[in-house]
This record gives sequence, structure tokens and C-alpha cells, in this order.
Amino acid sequence: MKRDLLPLLLIPLLAAAAFPLVGSSASWVTLTVAGLAMGLMIFVMASGLTLTFGLMDVLNFGHGAFIAVGAFVAASVMLALGTWMQVDSLWLNLAAFLPAVLAAMAVSGVLGFAFERVIVRPVYGQHLKQILVTTGGLIVAEQLLKVVWGPDQITLTRPTALRGAILLGDIAIEKYRILAVIVGLVVFAALALTLNRTRIGLLIRAGVENGEMVEALGYRIRRLFVGVFVVGSALAGLGGAMWGLYQETITAGIGGQVIVLVFIVIIIGGLGSVGGCFVGALLVGLTANYIGFLAPKVALGSNILLMALILLWRPQGLYPVAKR
Amino acid sequence: MLRSILSDDMPRSRWLAIALLAILVGLAFAPFLFPGAKSLNVAARICVFIVLAASFDLLLGYTGIVSFAHTMFFGIGAYGVAIALTRLGPGWAAVGIGIVAGLALAIALAVLIGLFSLRLRTIFFAMITLAVASAVLILASQLSAITGGEDGLNYRLPMALRPSFRPFDGFTGRLLDYYLVFFVSLALVLALLRIVNSPFGSVLMAIRENPFRAEAIGYRTVIYRTLASCIAAATATLAGALLALWSSQTSPDTTLSFDIMVDILLMVVIGGMGTMYGPVIGAVLLVLAQNYLQALVGDRWLLWLGVAFILCVYFFPTGIVGRLRRR
Repeated sequence: MKRDLLPLLLIPLLAAAAFPLVGSSASWVTLTVAGLAMGLMIFVMASGLTLTFGLMDVLNFGHGAFIAVGAFVAASVMLALGTWMQVDSLWLNLAAFLPAVLAAMAVSGVLGFAFERVIVRPVYGQHLKQILVTTGGLIVAEQLLKVVWGPDQITLTRPTALRGAILLGDIAIEKYRILAVIVGLVVFAALALTLNRTRIGLLIRAGVENGEMVEALGYRIRRLFVGVFVVGSALAGLGGAMWGLYQETITAGIGGQVIVLVFIVIIIGGLGSVGGCFVGALLVGLTANYIGFLAPKVALGSNILLMALILLWRPQGLYPVAKR
Repeated sequence: MLRSILSDDMPRSRWLAIALLAILVGLAFAPFLFPGAKSLNVAARICVFIVLAASFDLLLGYTGIVSFAHTMFFGIGAYGVAIALTRLGPGWAAVGIGIVAGLALAIALAVLIGLFSLRLRTIFFAMITLAVASAVLILASQLSAITGGEDGLNYRLPMALRPSFRPFDGFTGRLLDYYLVFFVSLALVLALLRIVNSPFGSVLMAIRENPFRAEAIGYRTVIYRTLASCIAAATATLAGALLALWSSQTSPDTTLSFDIMVDILLMVVIGGMGTMYGPVIGAVLLVLAQNYLQALVGDRWLLWLGVAFILCVYFFPTGIVGRLRRR
């Protein structure tokens, strides 16, 4: 199969097009790194959603709940490990950050398992009910978050070593964004390796292409799906934790705010495609940051415009998944 | 007579008929039955939300498409009137211009979104409307020169609708305003009832049940779906205009926010999808709950409604009205 590299070219193209508009190279580098960091965080949150859609034709409108839960759990753990966060030592800071993120992933994953059981399973194949019921799940989850963590927003401060920026000449790069880029790339690499180099990944890809055939060959696609759903929820939790630290304030509505970006990303990428989701997320992150710098008032409108342009070019998204 | 007013869509259940009659009488005589500024406000909001929820049901219950942009049209109607009244001064001409401009924008947007995404699948439409609606919400709170930003707009109503207008004793502009809202809402609900019981409505239901078959019989589903979403958008716009004429204050929170979208979803699903009486019951229950239930069960009343919503989708897809009609 020939690789379709055209959409990938869009990323450097966009960055190059923004360069003369932004003007100074220092702010351009800063914005580009910020855009990549934002895009990768969105990718982490969106990857599970697009895979579950591709595999079982299930779109979970309650995905935002996992993002929010991840953010809240991570915040609680980090507040509990407050002293480690305040010390000016990268290792101690990471020692607080790591368990927080792992806890967020674990809780979101378990929640995802329960969500799949209780909410999603009875409505396979019925899109209207799926949308309604998962939206209902989101409503309930947001209210439960308010019950557990209180209705007020939580303010988080980033660990000391991740505060501030690194200066390279006159280029300033926020440290936290570097971490976000690293985490995002690790997740992407892990996903790509799993999908392309392992047996499970082969089955998942085959399931996305043609689920019935995989079942006919004797594999239980349902189990595969539950696994993907749980991993996707855990990744949403990870993304939520990262996003919460990025914003430094967390409200119960955090999932609802981010889910819009996530949806735009998976539409741009082509529903069901992880590679498309990756490209789409980077495009969205970069556009948001460039436009946010050039014309701050229309930043969110720019994503819609981006989506419309890409859908005009490729109506099924950048990497359409074959059967749909 | 009654049959033709209700477009031959009778309640078909004694309890439903009683409930609807109670709602009609309660709203028609609300200023006298429940005196006080707060209860009149609640009654007016019930009228507005009945229209809004009923127009959403045209999409969700009859055509089988989920739009998350319904509050966007509601907001466009409200902002149309609000901006016109702010800019052009408090007069009926301004109200008219605001409504017409709002309708034009709403229908144009509905056509655009419809043609863009309705030929694809339900899920696609739901996601795109969600994205567009959130962009409009952000725009409304950012373009403060036009929309007043987060705070919204405060404006003066036409003379005849102000509380200080007293043509004769015991009658105020506020009362006139209420009956304006009430009768326009009643007319809109009856018009929607007419639409869903027309041949056009039958085509919509056919599309909901089986789009392929409807297309095969010879109905262009894209056209019908887009038309339905235009009608729903126009009705929601009018509901927004009514709200703006009632509250003399329009802000993103009261017209565009996703909380309102969630409210409408709850109203339609709990009340009953696919009948025009469902949203009526749902809107009454939800607005009453918002205003009075909070005192009884505390702040987390939405949690219980959310659980009720999920249970409704699973076990009572036709909601309260479907339950009542089955016996």
C-alpha cells in the first residue's frame, strides 16, 4: 500500500505559512512549540475515541468525563504530595507528577470499563441512542465530580522544576510544554508500535477495516473493543491530567470544553484513523496558537474554519477509514 | 373544532389530556392564579421553553437527528432582538428588524450546516453542530462591541411592554408582555403540531425509521432533513426573540450556554420524543424543577435528572407521554 503523505506535509506547510505573518522568529518558535504541545495533548485525549469509533462504530459523547476525572484525580494526588511539588528538584517533582498521572490513568480506565458495561453496551448499533445515552453519562459524571470535589474550581500550581521557561537566545520555551511534547510523542510511538508491530495491533487494525471478517476468523472482537475502550479512557485521563496542569485551573466542565477540540480533531483526521487523529491534532494545536497570537478574538472560530477547509478538500477527513 | 386545532393529534390518554389542560389553564391564567413577579417569570420561561423543546423534538423525535446547535439558534433570536433594541432604540420597528435579521441568519446557518453534514451520518451532524455551536458561544462572548461580551446586553423594551405602562387600572405592560409570550408560544406549538401531522411530517418519520427506504421511495432525504432543521431553527429563533422580549436582558449564559442545551435534551427525552406533547410536559417539569426543586433536593438535582434521562433512553424511549398513552 502506498503511503499517503500529503496530509503530513500540511503541518510544515502551515508552520511555514505562519512564519511571515508572525514576523519575529523568536515568537514563531515559541508559538510552534506551544502549538505542538497543545496538539499532542489533544492527540492523547482523542486517540482512544477515534479507535473505539473505528472498531465498533461507537462514538462516546461522554469521553469528556474521563478527561475531567483524570484532571481531578491528578490534581488531588498532586495536592496530597504538595511538598514534593514545591521542592526545586526535577526528580522529586517528577516523583509527584508520575504517580498523579498513573492514578489519573488508572481511575479513568476503571471508569471507562464501568461506562462501557453500563452505558454503552446496551445501545450498540443505535447511533441516536448512543449519542443521547453517552451525553446523559456526561451529565451524570459532571454532577458526580461536583459531589466528590465540590462545585468550585481547583487551582493547581505546576511543579517548581516545570515552571517558567527555558531561554535559548531570545527564544523562550515553557518547560511544561516540553514535557507535554515528550509525553505526547511517547504515547504516539507506543500506540503506533502496538498497532503496527504486535498481534493485538494487527487484530485491531483488521477490526477497524472489517470487523465481521475478524470475528469469522475466530477472534472475539468484543473483548478487543473493551480493551481499546479502557485504554482509550485511560489515555483520556492522562490527557486530562496534562491539560489540567497546563491550564492550572480545573472545573467540572473541563471535559466539555476540551471535547469540542477533540471532536474537531477526529473529524479532521477521519473517524477511526489514529494517524489522521495525530495529524489533525497537530494542525489544530498549531492553528489555535498562531491565530491566537495574530487575532486572539477568533481563535476558536479558526478551528471550525480549518475543519471546513479540510472537509472541502477531503470530505471524509484526512485519512478516511476504508469501509465507511 | 378541537380536532382541527390539534391537527387530529389528540392526547389519546385521559391523564395526558388532564395534564395538558392543567398546563394550558395554568399558563393562560398564570398572572391571576399565581400572583407575584417570580411565578410570572417562571410561567413565561415555561412558555418559551415549551416552544424551544418542541422545535428540538421536530429534529430529535421526528426526524431522528441530534443537533447540539439548537441553543445557537435560540441565542441568535434573542441577540437579534436585543441588538436591534440596543442600537435602534425601544420601538416595534426595532423588534421586527431584529426578528427578521435573526431568522435570516438562523435559516442561512441551518441550510449551511445541513448541506454540509446531513448527507453524512447522525454522529457526524451531532459533532459538527457541537463544534459550530461552541464557536458561536465563544464569538458571542468575545465580540463585546456588538454582543456586550460575557455580561450580555441590557436594553429597554418597547413602551407598551414595560412594567410602568398602565393604560388602565390593574393592567400593566408586564401583563401585556406575558400574554404576548403566551399567545405566540401557543400559536407556535400548534403550528409545529400541524407540521408534524402533515404529509411532510410523515416523510420525516419515514426518514427516521429507515432513511434508505425513504430515499428509495423517492424522497430526497437530504432535502427533507435540511428543511426540518430549518423549520426547527426558525422556531428556536422565535423562541429566543420571545425570551429577549420578556427578560429585557440577553447574555451568553441565558441563551447560548451548553447548560441550556442539556436542559432541552432532558425536556424532550424525559417528556417523550416523537410527540409534540412530550416536550410540553418535559419543559413544564424541568423549568419548575429548576426554580423550585433546588430548594427541596439541593444543588445536585441535575444529577437525578441525568440518571432519569439515561433510564428514559433505555427503558422508556417514548418518555412520560409514551407511558401515559400506552394504557
